[in-house]
Amino acid sequence: MTSDIAAILGIDGIATGAVYALVAIGTVLIFTVTRVIFIPFGDIAAFTALTLAALDAKRFPGTGALVVILACLATLIEIISLLRSGELRLLPRALLFYLVLPLAVVGVAWLTMRADPPLAVRLVLALMLITPIAPLLDRIVFRPIADGTVLLLLTVSVALHFALVGLGLLFFGPEGVRTEPLTSFSTEFAGALVSGQTMLIVIAALVFSGLLYLFFDFTLVGKSLRATAVNRTGSRLMGIRPARAGTIAYLLGSLMAGVSGILIAPVNTVFYDSGFLIGLKAFVGAIVGGMTSYPGAAIGAVGVGILESFASFESSALKDVIVFSLLIPILIWRSLASLHSEEEIEE
Amino acid sequence: MSEMFAMTDVTVCYDNVEAVRNVSLSIEEGQIVTVIGPNGAGKTTLLMAAIGLLASRGRMVFQGNDVGKMSVEDRVERRLCLVPEKRELFSDMSVADNLLLGSYSLRDRSGVQKTLGEVYDRFPRLKERQRQAAGTLSGGERQMLALGRALMAKPKLLMLDEPSLGLAPLIVREIFRTIASLRDLGVSILLVEQNARAALETADYGYVLETGEIVQSGPARDLIHDPKLITAYLGGH
Repeated sequence: MTSDIAAILGIDGIATGAVYALVAIGTVLIFTVTRVIFIPFGDIAAFTALTLAALDAKRFPGTGALVVILACLATLIEIISLLRSGELRLLPRALLFYLVLPLAVVGVAWLTMRADPPLAVRLVLALMLITPIAPLLDRIVFRPIADGTVLLLLTVSVALHFALVGLGLLFFGPEGVRTEPLTSFSTEFAGALVSGQTMLIVIAALVFSGLLYLFFDFTLVGKSLRATAVNRTGSRLMGIRPARAGTIAYLLGSLMAGVSGILIAPVNTVFYDSGFLIGLKAFVGAIVGGMTSYPGAAIGAVGVGILESFASFESSALKDVIVFSLLIPILIWRSLASLHSEEEIEE
Repeated sequence: MSEMFAMTDVTVCYDNVEAVRNVSLSIEEGQIVTVIGPNGAGKTTLLMAAIGLLASRGRMVFQGNDVGKMSVEDRVERRLCLVPEKRELFSDMSVADNLLLGSYSLRDRSGVQKTLGEVYDRFPRLKERQRQAAGTLSGGERQMLALGRALMAKPKLLMLDEPSLGLAPLIVREIFRTIASLRDLGVSILLVEQNARAALETADYGYVLETGEIVQSGPARDLIHDPKLITAYLGGH
């Protein structure tokens, strides 16, 4: 391997890693706030790419129907739970959040679609359509078992992923898509050609992680999310509702996954089931950070991206094997390293 | 004086074992009421039920509203607050952030900075350490932070679970002085303590809880001279 090739592979790896990093950060966010390891995150990313591709082709994406169905289900479940607890006074609020808002998003997207909007608007529409999905799934699937063990939540999460893949086939069809590049700009760096798309991926990853950092450090809502992650009982005693914190975490996480889906769509062909590998590789990255550290998850994800890039050069067929084999030594290292940190959690 | 909080025939069960049985107590506005009793009598369980972390049977009325079936968060929004025995601080976060989160339940954000100033005046140590992570504080400082964080919510009734637990005598005295001074601000207090003497010296009224039941109650100054209590809890003299 010459240094030229190494540079190309390195840059490619960083770009792929930056995409994984966005998903990994979302995974950590949702895990720390809700204790759910949200496996379907990769699916959210893939669905965003498929949504954007449909919008580009002037077709109304299947995401719209999916959101409508999920919103109806979530509303039904919310009404039943309000009836049971005898809190019907909360009904208007529930209808607003679980029915009116998601339907309004779909409605706006549908109306805007007919005006043949430019690319920037289509990007916003794709993100708008994708963000309600995870919070609605949270309401339907995870909230009723919110007090379950992490293992139970993970098992349900895996099942949910398979359900979503099925729904993806139903709503998007079996064809793979690749969207037009967001920019045709390119430049030379360290003797290697760097495309504008690659730079965009890295910049977007940096900007969105930066925004998330600002949100956590400078807003009360951001701090309430951190508080829920650090100490659930303590945050409830401050009046912070874990369910609401969870919804915000799912919304933000979906936005991160959606952005990564948009960024990856012009580089890789995305199918309805492409999300699993994206999600799983992001998960490996998140594990490096111990599932609790955002910088750790980002570094881990970029590491996975670089490893994958070099592995695919050495042996394209084995690249996934190489990446996932990495999980074993990392898990051993993490379990050894976390022996003392568990005691610190106890006050 | 009007009634702030009343429990009537409250029973709390852990897997069919009744940890607290038919407890009735009431707190007047601006009063400090203490519940004393030995380890395992159900004191903490009683407070957990009062804040809603544990389900209970019976009636709980807070400022004229039945709060017995409300969620923890709804009770906190009505300014019923608990400083738990384990403090439950946000250990990775700074002292200032912990205090700020204490005010999370307040809709009206305009007075938050003023309340923060008052808490810093009350506990100057917290101001010195405002950038430090809560997990790095000493035991006494943690209790001050837990108290300060609860005060940020402007509680009407503040419930304190063993505020003196594990603290040095000098700091215990300071904490009790703070509790007494809160009454002057119009905050009602329900104080659960193993340190029965200090609790009764601070409180207006006391209840004695043994194996989940109230066995005695009366004005605190009467209880403190009760010969039976002196031998059982007050280290007889």
